Amino acid sequence: MSRPELVAPPEIYYGDTEAKKYTSKCVLSTHSRKHSHPSSNFLPVPCQCSTRIQQIQSEMTYRALELLNLPEGEPKFLLDIGCGSGLSGEILDEEGHYWVGVDIAPSMLEVALEREVEGDLFLQDIGQGFGFRPGSFDGAISISVIQWLLNAETSHPSSSPPARLTRFFTSLYAALRNPSRAVLQFYPSSDDQIHLITSIAQRAGFGGGIVVDYPNSKKARKVFLCLFVGSGKMNDSVPRGLDGDGEEEVDDVDEGRRRKTIAYERRREKEKRRERSGKRKDLKTKDWIVKKKELYRQRGKESVPRDSKYTGRKRRPVF
Amino acid sequence: MVRLITHNLLSCHVKGCTRNNFPLRFQDVKVELREAEFNAEFLRNFVPRIEWKALVDAGKELGDTSLPEELPEMLGDEFLKKLHHVLLEIHVEEGAMVCPNCGHVYKIMSGIPNMLLTESEI
Ligand SMILES: C[S@@+](CC[C@H](N)C(=O)[O-])C[C@H]1O[C@@H](n2cnc3c(N)ncnc32)[C@H](O)[C@@H]1O
Ligand SMILES: [Zn+2]
Repeated sequence: MSRPELVAPPEIYYGDTEAKKYTSKCVLSTHSRKHSHPSSNFLPVPCQCSTRIQQIQSEMTYRALELLNLPEGEPKFLLDIGCGSGLSGEILDEEGHYWVGVDIAPSMLEVALEREVEGDLFLQDIGQGFGFRPGSFDGAISISVIQWLLNAETSHPSSSPPARLTRFFTSLYAALRNPSRAVLQFYPSSDDQIHLITSIAQRAGFGGGIVVDYPNSKKARKVFLCLFVGSGKMNDSVPRGLDGDGEEEVDDVDEGRRRKTIAYERRREKEKRRERSGKRKDLKTKDWIVKKKELYRQRGKESVPRDSKYTGRKRRPVF
Repeated sequence: MVRLITHNLLSCHVKGCTRNNFPLRFQDVKVELREAEFNAEFLRNFVPRIEWKALVDAGKELGDTSLPEELPEMLGDEFLKKLHHVLLEIHVEEGAMVCPNCGHVYKIMSGIPNMLLTESEI
């Protein structure tokens, strides 16, 4: 299968059919409950259905939030770059944050509208740069997007990848507060691409660097560009990647995934314990979230996270 | 779903349009009011980011005159409730935002502003 970026421009590739994968339920009904929530059990059978995509995207969102390292318990104003159908946005909502999402694909934004996410949405090509005033955002996340900036869509000089990356990083840098972070998960296809992206980010003023989770697992490997505004140089105090918990010795994909899920849940356990010990203030009150979810359900919205004692509680970022 | 919280942070990003490019003016707007949860802590932290006059004027453009001309020194709950409403509960669904400098029109459809530029504007 060739990489999506090489197939068509993003606004075409993420048309109605592709956008659906970011919204509808798995056709195998037994799956739907299993991967409706990132903390739910591992999948007995791997599948490529939409629910599986959604689970991967939300796991990466939680990880990006961790790497953002926001102060505990404070509602922030965040930018979701290439927000797509609002999967990450829904998590930001649940975590009590306020956000703005931008995306180039109308079909994806339409799905986000149907989802009734709380953030403001913009139809925007990030390669053209942002118009946000300096210091607008407390942080930014981007999940599976910026590899799209590495392909020239036209022969016009303003659309060369370096020109687009430069506009993107320069205007992003300006739009962020000092100090703050941007965490961008992406799929590089070579070390050269990683180098190009980090060097342009650096020139735009950012510190930080690359974090690789599960570096030895072909399936689970994830690359995060962790950018800092206002603290240190490139590659200074970059957070450590996750080790994969022995996953590298595991040939069996299911076993790998199971262990990964366990590692994830172990982290959540730790967070929960911390929650119980500290006095923590709810960001959005539980009542509000429950009310909102009820509204979603009444409108026939699918995959609304179930209410639990964790609803509306803040997860603490941990490295 | 352009709300004034984002409108207040948005300037024109057309190439070369760097002065007098904020705030974008609303045109032919249709607004909807939608309740949002009040969070005093968030608002207090957000206040320093606001261009106050632009917010008051934009509120008026959308038919809300509840904000004082000057940002009060004490951010009491009564004031914050008004601010909350203006920043987060007024949604612009249709219409446009127009740059006061270069005149670029950013159309808003189903609450989503089209920020795409043409090749000559990049
Ligand atoms: C794999 S999807 C991920 C969507 C979302 N972040 C998620 O995790 O569900 C990639 C998204 O990047 C968007 N995208 C690609 N190139 C873009 C560009 N130049 N400007 C804005 N968005 C872009 C696509 O439209 C698509 O929605
Ligand atoms: Zn302009």
